[in-house]
Amino acid sequence: MIDLLRSLFPAVALEPAGSIDQPAVRVPAASLVDVCRALRDRDELGFILLADISAVDWWPREPRFEVVYHLSSMTRRLRVKVWVDGASPRLPTVQEVWPGAGWLERETWDMFGIVFEHHGDLRRLLMPEDWEGFPLRKDFPVQIRLRPRAEEPLQVTEEEFRANLARDKAARADAPR
Amino acid sequence: MPVLTTQVDKLVQWARRSSIWPVTFGLACCAIEMMAMSCARYDIARFGAEVFRGSPRQSDLMIVAGRLSRKMAPALRRVYDQMPEPKWVISMGACASIGGVFDNYALVQGVDQIVPVDVYVPGCPPRPESLIYGIVQLQKKIESQRA
Repeated sequence: MIDLLRSLFPAVALEPAGSIDQPAVRVPAASLVDVCRALRDRDELGFILLADISAVDWWPREPRFEVVYHLSSMTRRLRVKVWVDGASPRLPTVQEVWPGAGWLERETWDMFGIVFEHHGDLRRLLMPEDWEGFPLRKDFPVQIRLRPRAEEPLQVTEEEFRANLARDKAARADAPR
Repeated sequence: MPVLTTQVDKLVQWARRSSIWPVTFGLACCAIEMMAMSCARYDIARFGAEVFRGSPRQSDLMIVAGRLSRKMAPALRRVYDQMPEPKWVISMGACASIGGVFDNYALVQGVDQIVPVDVYVPGCPPRPESLIYGIVQLQKKIESQRA
């Protein structure tokens, strides 16, 4: 599989990566999207399913993060690993290859703070919306005691709230008695 | 006159303690024990508390069964606020009471930071007998209160 990929991308430094149970390949971040598209589209590869995206924090080593893409075809499995440096962790999104990657990238950003460029909807998924920090990073203070909040942030703005009230009142005034 | 009101108090509190309707609020593995308690083998119907309600508006007891995450806390408070008075809360298990083994950022370290708790049931998870004991303690508490 690696030989085939190397023949497709002669200019890209592809290496087999250590993995005990299934083949894994290490890809430079710059050519990630191209390699992923080939992995999906070539008949002899055919990895049509992106099963998961996860990340490993090797802090304080550098490059700090290792993002792992778990791919699956009808017959085989493959891991694609990418090094991401810790100072400004960025990666291109693979949403155009596998549309379902959006959720997985959102979770990876939520937990590790790895920014997926051109993602479009990089919001908090598991953590509260106003959360600060990325809890699965090794330097995150796990045992912090924050005051729990019993109230939810307002779902509508105050203007919308007042407009709703006014509309309600008008409807009630119009209604037949 | 005082004799009459105390007798009415007694009657009202007897009625309240004899038909506690818990709201379904299972959050984690403690909920399994809570279900066991409500089913045939342990049969909480013997103590008049078997009618688990899906709506907080029909219940007067909330059994917080399991660990409460920070994100769930506003929902718990909202369910509690929707319950009609008088209402009681049982904190079931180590996680609900003090956070249990999860001393971390994601979990509320004790639901008494969110809602007032009447009875704490220790255990991880508590056996159904423990929870029944907790409900009996709550019944004693209700009986001793003024209506």
